[in-house]
Amino acid sequence: MDLLNAIVALANFVLIPATAYGAQLALGALGVTIIYGILRFSNFAHGDTMAFGTATVILVTWGFQAMGIGLGPLPTALLALPVGIALTSLLVLGTDRAVYRFYRKQKAAPVILVIVSMGVMFIMNGLTRFLIGVDEINFDDGTRFIINARDFKEATGLAEGLALRSTQVITVVTAVLVVAVLFWFLNRTRTGKSMRAFSDNEDLALLSGINPERVVVYAWLIATALATIAGTLYGLDKTFKVFNYFQLLLPIFAAAIVGGLGSPVGAIAGGFLIAFSEVGVTYAWKKVAGYALPEGLEPDGLLQLLSTEYKFAVSFVILIAVLLFKPTGLFKGKSV
Amino acid sequence: MSEPFLIAEGMTGGYGAADILHNCTLKVETGEIAVIVGPNGAGKSTAMKAVFGMLKLREGQVRIGGKDITHLTPQARVAEGMAFVPQTSNVFPTMTVEENLEMGAFLRRDDIRGTMEQVYSLFPILKDKRRQAAGELSGGQRQQVAVGRALMTQPRLLMLDEPTAGVSPIVMDELFDRIIEVARSGISILMVEQNARQALEIADHGYVLVQGANRYTDTGEALLADPEVRRTFLGG
Ligand SMILES: Nc1ncnc2c1ncn2[C@@H]1O[C@H](COP(=O)(O)OP(=O)(O)OP(=O)(O)O)[C@@H](O)[C@H]1O
Ligand SMILES: [Mg+2]
Repeated sequence: MDLLNAIVALANFVLIPATAYGAQLALGALGVTIIYGILRFSNFAHGDTMAFGTATVILVTWGFQAMGIGLGPLPTALLALPVGIALTSLLVLGTDRAVYRFYRKQKAAPVILVIVSMGVMFIMNGLTRFLIGVDEINFDDGTRFIINARDFKEATGLAEGLALRSTQVITVVTAVLVVAVLFWFLNRTRTGKSMRAFSDNEDLALLSGINPERVVVYAWLIATALATIAGTLYGLDKTFKVFNYFQLLLPIFAAAIVGGLGSPVGAIAGGFLIAFSEVGVTYAWKKVAGYALPEGLEPDGLLQLLSTEYKFAVSFVILIAVLLFKPTGLFKGKSV
Repeated sequence: MSEPFLIAEGMTGGYGAADILHNCTLKVETGEIAVIVGPNGAGKSTAMKAVFGMLKLREGQVRIGGKDITHLTPQARVAEGMAFVPQTSNVFPTMTVEENLEMGAFLRRDDIRGTMEQVYSLFPILKDKRRQAAGELSGGQRQQVAVGRALMTQPRLLMLDEPTAGVSPIVMDELFDRIIEVARSGISILMVEQNARQALEIADHGYVLVQGANRYTDTGEALLADPEVRRTFLGG
């Protein structure tokens, strides 16, 4: 039995990756939940907004690199983020003007808006491929590790190594900052409160003189910023590939719905719940169990519940369970 | 005397093809309480929505303080000094009492703390509950939040659609007292009430609406005394 090695292995293969992934999902789910709260439909184009946003960030990163501008040990993409957000906002606000507003004026049913957003999704997807291609792109030019597995082993003398990548730390730190700013905005500023009021009771918001079109613009801006940040962090942590972002839609929706659509706190909780479930279920626990269990009891099998190819099934099962037993989600969102 | 503060004249219109309101007229003098009563489905709420611009009128016009506002949006009417408490979902449920009041004052750019204190002195219970979500309050407390939110715009005309719906008789008397107090401060009040008898007792003017048209119009006192009105609408 070797508890220390078990804990290190657990942190290395489950806790750290799931925390980073959870933060990325949480940011994505926040964007979905804010659009749902204000515009009252599930935005299927959110994954591809993330992809488009990340693509613009990558292009701007290349531009900065060509000009020799960088952030030293940090990835240049962080510097490119604000520009990427601004460019993506233009596209998203343009889409709202050209597409969504038309249906809003008609007071179209949410299910129609969902289908409209699917159309937007396909167009954005094509646009992104056209812009940056379909290949995998690695755009992380910062220092790779904060803690390196080999150094860790040498320093501690443990058999298990612990690796902490810079992108994982950057992801978590950025997510915490972004969430703090978002909650401050929603709870403390006049505009943020008017958005919550609009989400709560649209008619009464109108009676109070709140301008719906302004609220909608703010909602898109926030969702776009969240999508671009989440997409860039995910791309830095893994690599960028347009199709992966489309696939992220399922865990992100699962996170938003599990937490309760329209509830920002719920989106964050949902993001981590999905991430930990996904990593936990697809991780082969043989190693951790081998260290943690007394001698002679080590397992023979891999102790892997699902192979990683099936990781999206986890979101799917959680999603269905929530919809069956608690359709409003953990944090009393609006029923779907 | 000069013309009434609010004049909604000859309102005809509805939600779709069929008219709900038929040549309906409502007037409120400055600082007085006007009450609309009538059976369920008579179009009382519809008339309120029409006055507030939430319903397209085919005919008729609405004037406030002599100004024609027939074609203004509800938001623009808020800026003209009108405030409306709808019959249902009249608070922001997940927001605190204080935030509900702040949202009422959304269009104001000046200091709103004075008005908020006035609302708290009118409804002291709200001050104790100011950090609580409005959706967690009792029905009577929620109605107070709703009226408080409307008062935050410092309106000149306060429109209330069944403010006492679902509250106990004691709370109802309380609310009526508060409404009288508001009217004394110079705010005109147009109110729909299910508790017709009590409402007409505090009303300067009363309108009995039936099938979207004015059936009886008189002072509250006269309506209460009218045997015909008593028999048909006040239950004897
Ligand atoms: N949003 C709407 N769309 C279509 N018709 C409506 C709508 N709201 C009300 N109506 C119809 O208009 C008529 C009048 O309704 P209204 O709500 O004005 O009555 P009311 O006098 O306020 O009744 P109550 O005392 O029950 O509140 C009813 O026949 C109702 O069915
Ligand atoms: Mg009504």
